[in-house]
Amino acid sequence: MNIIVILFPLALGLGLLGLGAFFWCMRSGQFADLEGAAWRVLQDDDAAVPPSEKQAR
Amino acid sequence: MAAQDLSVFVRHRDGGIASMELAVDGIRCAGCMQAIESGLGREPAILGARVNLALKRVSVEWREALLRPEAVVDKLGALGFKAYPFVAERQEDDAVAEERSLMRRLGVAGFASMNIMLLSVAVWAGNSGDIDPTTRDFFHWLSALIALPTAAYAGRPFFESALRALKAGAVNMDVPITIGVVLALVMSVAETWTHGRHAYFDGVVMLLFFLLIGRYLDQLMRRRTRDLAGNLAALKAETATKLADDGNWTITPIAAIAPGDRVLVRPGERVSVDGIVEAGRSELDQSLVTGETAPAAIGEGERVHAGTLNLTGALTIRVEAAGQGTLLDEIDRLMSQAVGSRSRYVRLSDRAARLYAPMVHTLSAVTFLGWLAWGLAWPEALMIAVTVLIITCPCALGLAIPAVQVVAASALFKRKIMLKEGDALERLAEADIAVFDKTGTLTLPEPDILNPEALAPERRAEIGALAAASTHPLAQALARALGNTSPRTDVREERGQGLSAGKGDDEQRLGSLVFCDAEAEAVSVKTLHPGASLIAYRHGAYRTVLALGQSLRPDARATIDALRAAGLEIAILSGDRAEAVAPIAAELGIAHVQAGLLPADKLNLLDSMAANGRKVLMIGDGLNDAPALAGAHVSLSPVSATHLAQAAADIVFLGDSLAPVAAALGIARKARGLMLQNLWFAVLYNAVAVPIAIAGFATPLVAAVAMSGSSLVVTLNALRARGRKAFWEAEA
Repeated sequence: MNIIVILFPLALGLGLLGLGAFFWCMRSGQFADLEGAAWRVLQDDDAAVPPSEKQAR
Repeated sequence: MAAQDLSVFVRHRDGGIASMELAVDGIRCAGCMQAIESGLGREPAILGARVNLALKRVSVEWREALLRPEAVVDKLGALGFKAYPFVAERQEDDAVAEERSLMRRLGVAGFASMNIMLLSVAVWAGNSGDIDPTTRDFFHWLSALIALPTAAYAGRPFFESALRALKAGAVNMDVPITIGVVLALVMSVAETWTHGRHAYFDGVVMLLFFLLIGRYLDQLMRRRTRDLAGNLAALKAETATKLADDGNWTITPIAAIAPGDRVLVRPGERVSVDGIVEAGRSELDQSLVTGETAPAAIGEGERVHAGTLNLTGALTIRVEAAGQGTLLDEIDRLMSQAVGSRSRYVRLSDRAARLYAPMVHTLSAVTFLGWLAWGLAWPEALMIAVTVLIITCPCALGLAIPAVQVVAASALFKRKIMLKEGDALERLAEADIAVFDKTGTLTLPEPDILNPEALAPERRAEIGALAAASTHPLAQALARALGNTSPRTDVREERGQGLSAGKGDDEQRLGSLVFCDAEAEAVSVKTLHPGASLIAYRHGAYRTVLALGQSLRPDARATIDALRAAGLEIAILSGDRAEAVAPIAAELGIAHVQAGLLPADKLNLLDSMAANGRKVLMIGDGLNDAPALAGAHVSLSPVSATHLAQAAADIVFLGDSLAPVAAALGIARKARGLMLQNLWFAVLYNAVAVPIAIAGFATPLVAAVAMSGSSLVVTLNALRARGRKAFWEAEA
């Protein structure tokens, strides 16, 4: 049963880690714009445009 | 053209960096977002631009030395987006802080309830098997270690609200919650101390978790409406032409105008400040302020109010602090009188709490005494009594109403209706008489052509080009109605007469009846449209007379019919003359009409209706309607309304059409139906769970299952209406 003495603090620690991550998300404004983020992922502005497509534009 | 000055909106930071928040019209999709961000990003002086798609705002940062704030707005304009600078209000910051603290508490409660459940499940399993009592105690102590600080932190909003209510001598839902939470914690610690089998730490923390979700939803909805209302205020972009210290005229946002400043109002502009005329003479259209449509003459030393339209001459106005005007003073006084009656309304959830709290507390006291009389030892009797309290804790009740409100508010929002108060839905659903203002509410705020048959299609363009050349409000309205914005350049304007262009037989004239020699043609038009302003046109021998006046909002008729079908009585209370109101009332078939009313009269009439037990729905837009809007049981206002009217209304709708009024009523009734369903479900749940608790069979496992089950059911019941158009539009 001694294993419990190790396992429970471990489980709690992991939970606290998650809580800490949640607080960090809040502070850094991850929840400020829930709609925009869904669209932002589709933007390909960081990818180089292939030459053939460049002509098409 | 005077220069724009937006410096009041800029926030300065270290290192010469300036930032500004802008509300942007027309951000709809990811494409717009990318266009704005990359478009502004190409400008070297701009350090960063970030779009918030949910709020339809952009925040921009730039190097102060290289760019004026006006250039940022121009830049966005060049990209095809109209942007309006924005000052965040203090009140808004408080709401954001409140929301964040609720979210943090929610996070802590969620974390704690999951971890305690981990321990509790082991105890429940062990209790039916052969758990070692030492291990069980260890688990209980661990749970207590997590639950006690969590309850102290996450439960604070409820404890504080309960204390406030008790101090005021009232009972709200938070009183039974607080008593339940505190007793359950104390009892659980005592149980753990005496090596007992049952502890309710999991139930307490889970209860707080569910209740916080309800509280958070409530707050979220309120903040979202406030944000959008803030955008609307910015989109109105009210500016004034101010005389700067260096003697130049600059266009300045209203926020930067101080009492004592001098402001120029040209003919055709709307007055945006309250003040005294210093120089100039003109006529004012005060329909937005008083409802009266006939123009009033104004001269030096007289008082003007924001919202009036300057018709004929330029005015220089010395600004006075808002609220000092005699009319505004009067309206302010009426407003404070009116708001009192609104606050007497008791929300559905508080009404439920009033019934619920005494019942539950009596029940658990009776349980305690009953078991004592039955011969049980007092600690066991007390424990059963406390389980009754825990199991009846209004977990589902706390979620029942906010969940529906959020779902209904988003359904309203999709139809361009904005809810400002959560409980407005409940009040709107109860309304049994709809009182309309006329000017600007039943009718459009801008005048329109009432006799299009008098206008030959081939003449439209030439009349439009002539009308567009003038700054006179009637001519401008005519040009807008004809869809013409490119004026002729060779137009001569004769003051107080009209416009003319061309020579001899080809001369064209637009203006007064005398000026165009068209009195004969005017007779029949005058009898057909008695309230309208007549404007004549002559081209050689051709003459016609157009009647310009207020036309009904689109869907006005259908909306009135829909309201009637929903069982509401319809009435018009107007500040305008009886002759102007009568044709509108006749057209809509409304018999209950009163005209020529002062703001105080409107409020008194509403009060007497309320005294007769009527629940009044008031729809109005003018400054003169503001007290009535604040005093009515529930009120709506179009987005074109004056500031004060919008602030007093519970619900604001966008667009020209009147249809949102009927839509809002339909949705409110549906939402109230859902709320009542949820409340009845909570009653049903208690009817099943309470006897089990009284009998002493309610273990922590039963409590946990019952609580989470009932919360889930009410939430799902609310969500079943989410995103379903058919649900809201089906017949109530």
